[in-house]
Amino acid sequence: MGLIRLPLAPVSFALFAAVMLLAVPLALAGQGYWLTVLTTAALLAFGSLGVWLTFSIGRINIAQGAFALIGGYVVAILGTRYHVSFWLALPLAVLVSMLVATLVGWPILRLRGVYFAMITLSLTEVASLAFLNGGGFTAGASGITSIPRPALLSSSLAIYIASALLLLAGIVIAWRFAVSPAGAVFRSLRQGEELAASLGIDIARYRLLAFVASSGMGGAAGAMFAAFQQNIFPTSYTVNDSVNFMLYCFLGGLQSVAGPVVGAFLLVIAFQLLSAIQKYQALLYGIFMIAAMLFLPNGLMSLPRVLAARRRRDE
Amino acid sequence: MSLLAIEGVTRRFGGLIAVNNVSFSVEAGEILSVIGPNGAGKSTLFKLIAGFVKPTAGHILLDGKRIDGLRPHAIAARGLVRTFQETTVFREMTALENVTVAHHLRRRASIAAELLATPSVRAEQKEFLSDSREILARLGLAGLENELARNLPHGHLRALGIAMALAVRPRVILLDEPFTGMNSEETERAVEIVRTIRAGGVTVVLVEHDMGAVMRISDRIVVLNFGTLIASGTPAAIQQDETVIDAYLGRADEIAAL
Repeated sequence: MGLIRLPLAPVSFALFAAVMLLAVPLALAGQGYWLTVLTTAALLAFGSLGVWLTFSIGRINIAQGAFALIGGYVVAILGTRYHVSFWLALPLAVLVSMLVATLVGWPILRLRGVYFAMITLSLTEVASLAFLNGGGFTAGASGITSIPRPALLSSSLAIYIASALLLLAGIVIAWRFAVSPAGAVFRSLRQGEELAASLGIDIARYRLLAFVASSGMGGAAGAMFAAFQQNIFPTSYTVNDSVNFMLYCFLGGLQSVAGPVVGAFLLVIAFQLLSAIQKYQALLYGIFMIAAMLFLPNGLMSLPRVLAARRRRDE
Repeated sequence: MSLLAIEGVTRRFGGLIAVNNVSFSVEAGEILSVIGPNGAGKSTLFKLIAGFVKPTAGHILLDGKRIDGLRPHAIAARGLVRTFQETTVFREMTALENVTVAHHLRRRASIAAELLATPSVRAEQKEFLSDSREILARLGLAGLENELARNLPHGHLRALGIAMALAVRPRVILLDEPFTGMNSEETERAVEIVRTIRAGGVTVVLVEHDMGAVMRISDRIVVLNFGTLIASGTPAAIQQDETVIDAYLGRADEIAAL
C-alpha cells in the first residue's frame, strides 16, 4: 500500500475519458448549468493534480490559488489590453506562473512540514493583495471584466470539451510521470531528503521542479477559468480555494493519480446537488476532511483496499 | 597523492568545537576506520566529508580536488557516498525500488524521454533493474526485492542501505556504524561484505564502536577524542598506543575488546 498504486488502470482511464468526452456532451449538450459545473470540476481537478505533485515530494502546498490568480490575470490583461489571442495568452500564463514559482520556490522549498504549508498559505493572501493594490495595471478591487471569449470556445460545450481535454492530458502526464524514474525520485524526497542527496540526487532541483510544474498547472487552470467566466477579481481565489485544492487531494487520496480527480469531482458535484446547504460548505468540508483522516487516511481511492482488508479480517 | 585528504578540518557549533584541526588521508583501496569515545566528533567528521556540514576551517580533497563546500549530491557525483547510522532507507518503497532510485546518477535520458518511455529509456531502466537485483543478491537480499523496506528486519535494512550506496558506484564509501547492534554472526557477515566491497575496488572509510570488528578489518585506524585526532596507525600500533588507552580509560569493556 505504501508504494503509490501507480497505474490508474488504463481501463478505468479509458472509461473516464469516454464519459467525459462522449457521454457527458451527449447527455448534457443543452444544459449549460451542468456543463459549467463539470467544467469547474475538471479545471479544479487539473489544478489539484499539481498540488498532488507537490505532495509527492512531501510538501503540503496551499499556494495553488495564488497561481490560479496569476494565470487568470495574465489572460485577462493580455486579452483586454493587448488583444492577445487566448491561445497565445494561455501558454504565457503558464510560463509566468512557472517563473513566479521558480523565484518564490527556491527559497521557501527549504522549509518542510507545517512551515512550508503556512508560507504557501500566506502566498495566496499575498497574491490577492498584490492584485488588489496593482493600481491601473490590475484594476484593483473592480477586477477585469469583459475578457474576450477565446476563439473556437464560444459555447459552454466547447469550453467544457477544452477543459476535459486539458484534464485528461494532465492525468496522462501525471500518471506517466509517477511511473517514470523522475517520479521515483520525487517519492524518495518525501521519504528522506538527506538520503536522496547522499545518493547524488540534487534535491533542491527536484523540489523546484515539482513546485514549478504544480504552479504551471495552477496557472493553466486559472487562465481557463478567467476565459470562460470572462472576468477575474483579486478575490476570485482566496485561501479557501487554495485549501480546497489540497482537500480534493486528501479526500481522493494521495496514493494514486486518480485521487485528486475523484476528490474534486465528488465535492464539486456534491455541493451542486446539495445547493440548499451551500452556506454550510466550509463546515461540511471540514467534517469531510476530519472523517477522511480518521477513517480513510489514504483517501477514497483506498476504500476498496480497506474494505477488502476488513472482509479478510472478518472471515 | 591520496584519494581522500582531510587537511586541518575544524568545525565549531557555537562555542563547541566538534572537530578540531583534524588531518589525515585515505589511500585508494584501503579500509580505514575512525574510532573514538562517544562525542569524539566521529559523526560530525562524516557529515563534513560527505558535505552535510560545512567546515569552519580546513579543506577536504578528493583526488586532489577540493570537495568541501560542495553540496552532498555533488560530492556523491564525484564518487564519494556515505551510508547512514541505523536504518535510513526509503521505507515506503520496495527493496528493489530503493536500489533502483540509487541509480539516479547514471540516468542519461531526459525527463521528457522518460515520460514517453522511449526504447532507449526502457533499455536503461532494464539495465538499472538487473544491476539492482545483482547488488541486492550480493548483499544477501535476494528474494526480498519486492518487500517494502519498512517490513525488513534491521540487519537487512543496513544491508539495503549499503546496497543503495553501492548502486551509485562510488570510489569511496563512508560506512556509519555498519556493525552496531549486530550479534557476532551478523557482524561476521557484515565484515565479509565490507571486504567484498573493498575487493570490488571501492575504498572504505568506516566509523564504528565494535572494536573487535574494527581491529580485524582495518588496514589503518584513526582515533578521535574530544574532536582532536590523537592517534593513527595500524590496528596493532593503535592497540599499544598510550594516548588511545588513556582516552578509553574507564571504559573497561572496550579496553578488553582492544
